[in-house]
Amino acid sequence: MDNSKEAQYIDLYRNVREVQSSVFEAYRKASFERFKRLGFPDDKSEQYKYTNLTEALSVDYGLDNHNQKELIYEAFTCAIPGIRSHLYFVVNDTFYASDEAKNQVFPQGVVIGSLKEASRLYSDLVAKYFGKLSEKEEDGLIAFNGMFAHDGFFMYVPENVTIDRPIQLVNISEGNTNQLLNSHNLIILERGAKVQLLVCDHTEGNARFFVNRLTEVHVAEEATYEHYKIENTSSDTTHISSLLIDQKESSKTLTTILTLNNGLTRNNISLMLNGEYAEGLLYGMAVGDLDQKVDNHTSILHNKPNCHSTELFKYILGGESQGGFTGRIYVAEDAQKTEAYQNSKNILLSTTARMRTKPQLEIYADDVRCSHGATIGQLDETAMFYLRSRGISEDEARLLLMYAFAADVIENIRIEALKDRIKLMLEHRLRSGVSQAASCILCR
Amino acid sequence: MLEIKNLHADVNGREILKGLNLQVNAGEIHAIMGPNGAGKSTLASVLAGNPAFEVTEGEITFLGKDFMELAPEERAAEGFFLSFQYPVEIPGVSMVNFLRTAMNEQRKYRGQEPIPASDFLRLMKEKKELVEMQSNLTNRSVNEGFSGGEKKRSEIFQMAMLEPRLAVLDETDSGLDIDALRIVANGVNKLASPERAIIVITHYQRLLDYIVPDFVHVLFDGRIVKSGNKDLALRLESEGYDWIKKELE
Ligand SMILES: Nc1ncnc2c1ncn2[C@@H]1O[C@H](COP(=O)(O)OP(=O)(O)O)[C@@H](O)[C@H]1O
Ligand SMILES: [Mg+2]
Repeated sequence: MDNSKEAQYIDLYRNVREVQSSVFEAYRKASFERFKRLGFPDDKSEQYKYTNLTEALSVDYGLDNHNQKELIYEAFTCAIPGIRSHLYFVVNDTFYASDEAKNQVFPQGVVIGSLKEASRLYSDLVAKYFGKLSEKEEDGLIAFNGMFAHDGFFMYVPENVTIDRPIQLVNISEGNTNQLLNSHNLIILERGAKVQLLVCDHTEGNARFFVNRLTEVHVAEEATYEHYKIENTSSDTTHISSLLIDQKESSKTLTTILTLNNGLTRNNISLMLNGEYAEGLLYGMAVGDLDQKVDNHTSILHNKPNCHSTELFKYILGGESQGGFTGRIYVAEDAQKTEAYQNSKNILLSTTARMRTKPQLEIYADDVRCSHGATIGQLDETAMFYLRSRGISEDEARLLLMYAFAADVIENIRIEALKDRIKLMLEHRLRSGVSQAASCILCR
Repeated sequence: MLEIKNLHADVNGREILKGLNLQVNAGEIHAIMGPNGAGKSTLASVLAGNPAFEVTEGEITFLGKDFMELAPEERAAEGFFLSFQYPVEIPGVSMVNFLRTAMNEQRKYRGQEPIPASDFLRLMKEKKELVEMQSNLTNRSVNEGFSGGEKKRSEIFQMAMLEPRLAVLDETDSGLDIDALRIVANGVNKLASPERAIIVITHYQRLLDYIVPDFVHVLFDGRIVKSGNKDLALRLESEGYDWIKKELE
């Protein structure tokens, strides 16, 4: 490895001697070896061809990336009316629970807290799952996360337990000096468990942030998991997020990835349908108005027969923003009776915005129902004229059509309070321009 | 109310309207008939301000205002309404939200306050009854999945809601069975008043049994070539357009 970008972090790794737990240590060492082999994805990388990290990685992020001046999370209250979530934070790379969550009595056996702490208190449980999905990924950034992540969010929901209210994790990157952040989340649902997780990503302060998060989710037989991720960061943020979900027989997941305000974003989402009759629904939306870059790289693996997946991503891009979407669908040879539907729909509002969308179907079974579609277009002129002919101004007509375009992603949100809020946020974003509304109206 | 002088209009560089003249006064009902492709829908589109059509010559004045200076939404707010020959489906925009936005945007243009929600709902109920529109249609997206007849009814319902000064109905009768035709015509007649005017574009005399025109015009090859009273429609119905062509030669 003679590339200087990697070299400085390899040196940094060698100097970090903070031992968390044996589980962490083994994983960190393995990640280090993988990173030395893989390095950061460069412009020749097929997987990262829509995301160029050269500039972001040339920034000096300093070497002390666990630092945090004050507990700003205490000032955070989520203002989604009626959300009634249990609230947790990862501020820079450290986990905190809100007072409400600390005092909450969950059903017997539920564990929600810091991954660092869990790796000591529940070492056998954590060891069984920790890194098990990520260690298989040939991705330098996931390996990089493994080298430095020392904490994150941990959730364990035992058999047949339903958590009634949504769990909310607010990731805050804060500071006025550049930060390079890595957190690792681990979520385990046992058979028949049910939980909804809302993840919000924010930035605070005037600095460059390079955020590289990893979330591993294990969904056991007949369990139901919902994951909502909302990014509302800043133009100075490079945001990498890898979400790996393993599903067992008859489990159900719903994943929604919303990018409302950002700088450069790369979401890796991998749904692994590893048990028969598993169902995975994956929805996403991205809005760009300046020079934001959003790349959603999705991979749905039908490894077992009789599974269902539906995937829909919608982008609204204006200004000089750029979008990328890759939808890989893999159907294993014996995964008969697979149903997999994918759609990528995109609207370009300017001649300088760009969208690149790529379905990637690898189907080895013969008895399958798969479809995919991709469209890149402008707002429908005949619909525009129809609306205007009724007295609706051009701006308002455009807004109605953009809003309508995004509707089927939003309608699939199953937390009513969140759905209403996202509608409002989207309208606000579309009305006043993404970047005008700098701070989050979701929280605060 | 409406004055069209020497109107020429192109679509994709082809001239469709070739010097059309028409005057419509308040309180009048006009019928425009003519063979397929004569330019009837083009005239309607040009009046509504469709940017796909280019006016190359002539004048349109509506209630003393130069219509050519106004955007489609401004024309609507000034009191112009077009019932489309082919209404557009807009998935994801609810009928209710669409109409409420339209109404409030028009009110804003005229310097009026937005209509209170309860008044709006009451008005909607009343107007739906007027055109005997199925109540659940307004809960759906604009025209989405509506049958041909439902779309036409929806246009008249919108007209009833927006209460324009001048309405152009472009083949509102096509695709309607006789009962629906009667209902739609009834809705139109209820709207007719000394302050309003209506232009009915149709191929068939049968609509004119219900909406009785004061004037009938024949639009042929981009021009109005003949005008008369309702007897003209009857003659066109029985004899077709050949005699008009002969007259022109
Ligand atoms: N958008 C369009 N693009 C190209 N040609 C058009 C368009 N709209 C109408 N035309 C043409 O203009 C002529 C008049 O059409 P139209 O006004 O629809 O006739 P009518 O309504 O009298 O049947 C036809 O020859 C038609 O093909
Ligand atoms: Mg026509």
